[in-house]
Amino acid sequence: MLTIESLSKSYGPVDSGKRRGRKRRRAAADEQDRQFAVDNISFDVQDGELFTLLGPSGCGKTTTLRSVAGLERPDNGVIALNGKPMFDGERRVNVPANQRGLGMVFQSYAIWPHMTVFRNVSFPLDVAPRRRRLDGAHIKEQVMRVLEVTELAPFADRPATKLSGGQQQRLALARALVTRPELMLLDEPLSNLDAKLRETMRFELKRLQRELGLTTVYVTHDQSEALAMSSRIAVMNAGKIEQVGKPREIYTQPRTQFVAEFIGTSNFLPGKVTKVEGDEVRIDTAEGTLWSTSAVGAAAGADVLVSLRPENLSISTQTTGTSRNEWRGSVLTRAFMGDSVDHVIGVGKFELRVQCNPSVSIPQGNEVYLTVDPHNVTVVPSS
Amino acid sequence: MTTTTVPTSDVREGTSLVRRVADRWLTPRTLLVGGAVVVVGYLALVPLVYLFRDTFTGSSGLSFAAFSRAYSADQQAGSMLRNSLLFAVGSATLALVLGTTLAYVQVRTDAPFKGLFFAASLVPLIVPGILYTASWIFLGDPGIGLVNTLFFEPLIGHSPINVFSIWGMVWVQGLHLAPVAFLLMVAAFRAMDPSLEESALMSGARKLTVLRRVTVPLLRPAIISSVLLMFVQSLESFEVPALLGLQNGIYVFTSRIYFVLRQYPIDYGSAGAYAITLLAIAAAGVFIGARLSRNAKGFQTITGKAFRPRPVELGRARPFVGAGVIVYFLISVVMPVGVLVYASLLKFYAAPSWQAIKTMTLDNYRQVIHMPLAATALKNSIILGLGSAIVVMLITSVVAWVVVRTNAPGRRLLDLLAFTPLIIPGLVLGVALSFVYLRVPLPIYGTLLILLISYATRYMPYGMRYASAAMAQLSSELEESAMVSGASWSQTFRRVLVPLASSGILAGFIYILIVSFRELSSTILLYSPGKEVLSVLLWEQFENGQLTTLAAIGVGMVLILVTLVLVAYRFGARVGLEASNNT
Repeated sequence: MLTIESLSKSYGPVDSGKRRGRKRRRAAADEQDRQFAVDNISFDVQDGELFTLLGPSGCGKTTTLRSVAGLERPDNGVIALNGKPMFDGERRVNVPANQRGLGMVFQSYAIWPHMTVFRNVSFPLDVAPRRRRLDGAHIKEQVMRVLEVTELAPFADRPATKLSGGQQQRLALARALVTRPELMLLDEPLSNLDAKLRETMRFELKRLQRELGLTTVYVTHDQSEALAMSSRIAVMNAGKIEQVGKPREIYTQPRTQFVAEFIGTSNFLPGKVTKVEGDEVRIDTAEGTLWSTSAVGAAAGADVLVSLRPENLSISTQTTGTSRNEWRGSVLTRAFMGDSVDHVIGVGKFELRVQCNPSVSIPQGNEVYLTVDPHNVTVVPSS
Repeated sequence: MTTTTVPTSDVREGTSLVRRVADRWLTPRTLLVGGAVVVVGYLALVPLVYLFRDTFTGSSGLSFAAFSRAYSADQQAGSMLRNSLLFAVGSATLALVLGTTLAYVQVRTDAPFKGLFFAASLVPLIVPGILYTASWIFLGDPGIGLVNTLFFEPLIGHSPINVFSIWGMVWVQGLHLAPVAFLLMVAAFRAMDPSLEESALMSGARKLTVLRRVTVPLLRPAIISSVLLMFVQSLESFEVPALLGLQNGIYVFTSRIYFVLRQYPIDYGSAGAYAITLLAIAAAGVFIGARLSRNAKGFQTITGKAFRPRPVELGRARPFVGAGVIVYFLISVVMPVGVLVYASLLKFYAAPSWQAIKTMTLDNYRQVIHMPLAATALKNSIILGLGSAIVVMLITSVVAWVVVRTNAPGRRLLDLLAFTPLIIPGLVLGVALSFVYLRVPLPIYGTLLILLISYATRYMPYGMRYASAAMAQLSSELEESAMVSGASWSQTFRRVLVPLASSGILAGFIYILIVSFRELSSTILLYSPGKEVLSVLLWEQFENGQLTTLAAIGVGMVLILVTLVLVAYRFGARVGLEASNNT
């Protein structure tokens, strides 16, 4: 559906217009000064998918989305929609934003304050090229249908400013939906809502997306939002894609330290791969040995970081009897979190966070046995 | 807020009622507040009262004789009204078109040379109206103007530009006001989320449709209120119509008032009638403007996070826009200031030539330094500048405190009174004050004091802006904790409030110093021989045809003002926008 190939966009001291006429050596020097907002990224989005670009602010996710929208002009690369190029740096194709026929919801909603709810939604139909424009009755019908879907029909004649935050958000969505675009672009659409409403809208959005079969590119910095809603996630950092995968894959099989750190929380232990036996990999750390069945592709002798999720670790005052993946340590602190009890366990010079069931609560100073399933021991390349 | 009277009289039994009332009400706080009300009321209301009374009083009570004299057929009131409107509407339109275009380029595009906008926006502040107008005489005079002699003569063989015309007046005034429109529109563009336009684009609208259906409707409140502001300012402008219009008998309200008061026998009634008409129009403009900008506040949807504007990439148009920016800067800043410096070095003004360059001399400067009147004027300007700045900031600090910080009864009225002078054009205030002090048997007319009163009145609203902003920034807990620590009200005011608000108050001080330095429109009616100030000195040089001397004094004045503005920026004053209310 949407294909992106080696897309780059930079902000730097020199813009492309000036650079054109310069000598090559000079241009190369400039190249080093340039800041890449998006650095040679590629991905594609399948029909009906909700594809999320996830990353911290400044990682280039919004720039990527705006490039797809046509609001920003990339330096290089190809953006194609159903095989039709929307942007092609080589062939100098750049379809203007208003001819790409996409729907977009902005972070600030960008609701026009001088129009009513109805007018806001009918705008995209009103401004359609004359030969494709619907007549008044059909416009009304289509707008009302969308307002119905987004539960805004009772407010059609209200000034748009007189809506609550959640309603404005739905209005922005209705406006993007009204032309039945092939592709929807959502730029942090939930970030301006308060926490409770955000959770509700998350499911609401997901339901709409699924029912209408909308192919969607979604931008967010909120990992739980991304995990809950996405078909697939691309984790971005510093203009590059770190990993693309299904939410579960991203969470359980992070491929880089950045991904492991950004999604959920992790204990990181430096180690070295000392043995590879089929699926099983042995990692030696300063305080002991760990076995992993999830370290796909690890090579013996490689320096790695072992990543252990706090919820995958368990502690007990009695030994389980197996010597594999059982370490002895002591409780440094614990904290009651409501739905869990967090313990910090000291193992030699390592301090590991362990998230336990509320029924497990071991006082400070006690000796404990720490265990982890080899399946939950993941490794990422040491940086 | 009765907590300040700490030892309540109930403790000391047997004290008299008088004593109790005195204890309760004769606190420093109430005295200060009462004093502020009296002073502000005096400054704001007395001139208006006298203006109306003297204009509407005939030999037998209420009379409209002054009005019928002023608007009788032989006074050409019709053409004056037409000229005034043409001048004000034309200048406001020109300023708005220039200012809005520049603001868009500044805020929304990646155009080069954006630093020049900042320099250009300072022009109205550092080049007083009278100097800017004089510069354009050097440039646009039909006989000697450089634009004619250097550009049009060689090119098309004759001189089409005549600055001494209504269009010349519109051009100079519009150009001088454009930075004001620029600053107002920059604020409007900054306050507008660019994604409002982007979402229209994403809806499939063409660029022109976006402009017509989204951008312009959203900016409409800002556009209307800045047009009104500039309309009022042009109407109030004295320098441009006086320097450019009087020669060919093109009168507007202000120049007409001046003209009437310079004739014998002086017809104070007619002057008052014109002044009241002008006052009414200006007041209406200010009120409508204030109304609109209040309504505009309910025009915002954006909640939560601030937006990050992304500049439009101009691409191939970038060099052309850049060239446009440079041309604007050349025309609005470099040419007027340059010609002033050039003229100041010549004995007789002439187009640049080898001949002219060879005769360049510093004689004008020497002459100015040895001119006794110049020393007097400089001294008076300094005294008045410092004096009015001190008086205004003292009054407005107290008033702002009362308005912002207390719930004293009548504080709304006090606020209103302090802002009243905003609607009084300078020349009208001059007329009104001369009415007052020609009648009141106090030795004020013909002294510097009448100028001080005039400046203090005119600049009170600006002082209020700085002082209330400074006061509003301070948390009331700072004040309360001083009280809890046992400080009396006056100690709290002196040792906590004033030091904390001092940077804002200082900024206001410098701003008033700057604008007082260039005041002409009320001074021109109130000064008397020996009490000249710098702007009057410039005026007299113009009247005597000493244009090159005028240029030399002007260069000196610009240098002084540049220094003051730099000092002001040191203290973080946002002098740019506040310059808006001055010509």
